[in-house]
Amino acid sequence: MNSILSIHSIRFIVLILLQVLILNHINFLGYINPYIYIIFIALFPVRNKRVLFIILSFLIGLIIDLFLDTGGIHAGASVCIAYVRPVVLKSSFGTIYDHQTVRFNSVDFGAKLTYFTLLTVLHHIILFSFEIFSISKIILILQKTLFSSIFTILLSITLTIIFSRKTK
Amino acid sequence: MLFLVLFGLSLLFTIQSHTYHKSKFINSANFLTGGVYNSLNNISGYFNLKSQNDLLAEENKQLRELLHNTVTNIDSVYVDSVTFGTSYKFYNCNIIKNSYALTDNFLTINKGSKDSIGQDFGVISSKGIIGIIDKTSKNYATVLSILNTTSRISAQLKKTNHFGTLKWNGKSPEYVQLTDIPKIAALHKGDTIVTSGRSSIFPKGIHIGIIKDYKLDVAENYYEINVQLFNDMTNIEYVHIIKNVNREEINNLIKNN
Repeated sequence: MNSILSIHSIRFIVLILLQVLILNHINFLGYINPYIYIIFIALFPVRNKRVLFIILSFLIGLIIDLFLDTGGIHAGASVCIAYVRPVVLKSSFGTIYDHQTVRFNSVDFGAKLTYFTLLTVLHHIILFSFEIFSISKIILILQKTLFSSIFTILLSITLTIIFSRKTK
Repeated sequence: MLFLVLFGLSLLFTIQSHTYHKSKFINSANFLTGGVYNSLNNISGYFNLKSQNDLLAEENKQLRELLHNTVTNIDSVYVDSVTFGTSYKFYNCNIIKNSYALTDNFLTINKGSKDSIGQDFGVISSKGIIGIIDKTSKNYATVLSILNTTSRISAQLKKTNHFGTLKWNGKSPEYVQLTDIPKIAALHKGDTIVTSGRSSIFPKGIHIGIIKDYKLDVAENYYEINVQLFNDMTNIEYVHIIKNVNREEINNLIKNN
């Protein structure tokens, strides 16, 4: 239990620093950035307390907001995906989730990809709607969501593959 | 229930951040984020020393030309620089966090209220305007960039005195939009746009950019102008802060009317 706790606190801090110090300066083609910190939310243990999980998601989003001067857009998007995560888990993993035994190192790749894609796209749509905050610019919102999602999904899948090999 | 509370809270912060001067807690001018950005900037500052040196050398050249050619060059710029000394104070500082990819961009600088920096001071670089100071902490301050959809700056044509409002449509960091220039103004591509000095933030005549293209707005009474910035907003490091010494007096006068 203690080691799980320390792994997640280290992951919390490392992901924030990685996001703020490196990934926000990529600006590929002018505006495309990956938002990799959401793998903290995606990989949080399934069976842990729901309340703690939602509060932690809010905190990680809020700290990112603090660094980027963006009000509450990351906090809002993170809380939202943390809230709907059980539904997403169920739809992408099916029966394994019903037995509460999802372990992210051992599930097959297709299900994992679906899971990450659903979470990322949902997160990014909320994020960019909040950022732009205007229905008349819906095209811009969708465009940003699409490109940044591709980038985020690629990077998060790569990261999880790299780090799960190590723990085997 | 908890979800609704936290989601509502973040929505509140978001709405505040879309209103000028309202974001109260969530800004990067605090001890933690300012400190992290400052130590990062101490390292990454070395990587673009060369290009920044070129910029500074270019500015030195311009200032030297101005200094030695004053007899032949007495124009409006020179007259303005005389009044600078009495009513405007300059501070120089470093950008420790730059941002240009969002629709509402804020920069962070490494001077704050300790160095007598306050809200609504102007920020310029050697080439043109950058933005306006928004929030200050003891050692750091955030700057509302001109690349922010809530930013409004009074600007005019350099040749004539037609003035309008400078905004940003959130698309390209190279171009900003000048609106409310009346239809009778004579415009040409390549004309210079400068600050108008009407706002008590920036002095008159600070360079902004040149006209890229222009068209009439929907009501066909005013021009909408695309302005290409002199500044490369993606590569800024050393900037100057302008304090208008007479600002309070001017604002009091306006308020009392």
